[in-house]
Amino acid sequence: MSTVADVLAGADAAPVDLTGRSGTRALRDGLARVLMWTAFAVAVVPLVWILWTVAAEGGRLLIHSTWWTNSQVGVTARRVGGGATHAIQGTLLQAGVTALISVPIGVLTAVYLVEYGRGRVARLVSFMVGILTGVPSIVAGLFIYAVFMTTFGMQRAAIFVCLALTLLMIPTIVRSTEEMLKLVPNDLREASYALGVPKWKTISAVVLPTAFSGIVTGILLGLARIMGETAPLLILGPYTKAITANLFGGNMATLPTMINQDRDQAVTMPAYDRVWAAALTLILLILVLNLLGRVIGPRSKV
Amino acid sequence: MAKRIDISDLSIYYGAFKAVEDVTMSVPPRSVTAFIGPSGCGKSTVLRTLNRMHEVIPGARVEGKVLLDGQDLYGSGVDPVAVRRTIGMVFQRPNPFPTMTIRDNVVAGLRLNGVRDKKRLDEITEQSLRGANLWNEVKDRLDKPGAGLSGGQQQRLCIARAIAVSPEVLLMDEPCSALDPISTLAIEDLINDLKTRFTIVIVTHNMQQAARVSDQTAFFNLAATGKPGKLVEMDSTSTIFNNPSLKATEDYISGRFG
Repeated sequence: MSTVADVLAGADAAPVDLTGRSGTRALRDGLARVLMWTAFAVAVVPLVWILWTVAAEGGRLLIHSTWWTNSQVGVTARRVGGGATHAIQGTLLQAGVTALISVPIGVLTAVYLVEYGRGRVARLVSFMVGILTGVPSIVAGLFIYAVFMTTFGMQRAAIFVCLALTLLMIPTIVRSTEEMLKLVPNDLREASYALGVPKWKTISAVVLPTAFSGIVTGILLGLARIMGETAPLLILGPYTKAITANLFGGNMATLPTMINQDRDQAVTMPAYDRVWAAALTLILLILVLNLLGRVIGPRSKV
Repeated sequence: MAKRIDISDLSIYYGAFKAVEDVTMSVPPRSVTAFIGPSGCGKSTVLRTLNRMHEVIPGARVEGKVLLDGQDLYGSGVDPVAVRRTIGMVFQRPNPFPTMTIRDNVVAGLRLNGVRDKKRLDEITEQSLRGANLWNEVKDRLDKPGAGLSGGQQQRLCIARAIAVSPEVLLMDEPCSALDPISTLAIEDLINDLKTRFTIVIVTHNMQQAARVSDQTAFFNLAATGKPGKLVEMDSTSTIFNNPSLKATEDYISGRFG
């Protein structure tokens, strides 16, 4: 037995072995490392492959200025030429109108759930948003078709595409906005209440500005997601080769429907090229939105 | 400005849980009253009932009366928002609004309640920042974000924000517990200045601080965890610290407490 004094003096203390690394631990470490890298490669390889193929096959047309300025009017499947303006404009217009409808509804629903919702109604709303999140896009498209075309006998139009996309976008906005609002510290709400500021003013002047950039990021990512949706477009938004801007009647082209249209005729080289080019254009549009989201995100105050 | 507060038979509940039981006390105007006691004894809870801030937590309610110069804060028809305009509060952690500049933070209470007159806002900004001993440090960067200040400066900014709405009473919930000793001293000096204009109630865990800044001290305690907190003794600060009438108070103050 060593006394306390001995221990304190360092006597009798064999040096601890710090060099040894047990064989099994090294083995497990190596195994985990290999597994991790394999999983990473499995995830990344297809992604890089897709991007590479699309860029390689579609890049040729994108560097022509006509791709960005012309429509497909008068261009048959066997002819080279024309552009994707009609489809780019249609996609942006429909995405914009969808955002215009979904953002107020989505953000206000999230404000209700985080700031006001208590009890059964709030739980019901939250549950419904959860269900809506899981609705497949083709079901959203068919629902709108059943209501407006089958029941009310209306003609298909771009606005109905927007309505179907709204059904898909609202839940993503509600969820992302909810998360951002929850991140706003309660201290700030209390600080505002303690100044005699009413609750609605606290939410509009303190909580929402604090979460603003996070909310915008969520909206941009949601927008990027619905821009690539295809199923509702196939049901509700017939393709046209011309530039159109009428939301309430007639056909309107979008990038997904352009891809689908040209894929139908892809036995010919020009149409085949246009499929890849339209796909690359869509990827680039979504990339730009994602990058915008990244740029705005870090400015968040929460 | 500055009004007295009379609390009688105040009990505070969170749902079914009784957090504080039967508090009766008077807070005289233009003085500093300190609440001391162990964690969980309900001193912050009592403080938050004085400007109806505890109601922010769902399920919280009170019994008893809180009178501000004779007017019941819990009477029917009393708007909690109006109460909070009269009785300001400074919190434990400095919480300037991160989206606002220093200037906007100071006048947030006025601007968010509809004051638009820029000249008046500028005057109040300067007055309040001078009142919080912060003017000289920030006068050249009023348009910089408030979150860029040091912790102690942020807390003084929060005090400036609280006094900018010219309240009658200022409640402070452990205003120095997140600050270093030098910033703490600055805030304590400030409290001494402010008590000529406001009625101040301060919750503190720091016994020396209570002894330094307060005129009256109220000692809260609870019998056991899960039991409601109670006001044990309240008297002038020198009596509480030098010659308390109850043994429990003496034990707590001298550090001989559980």
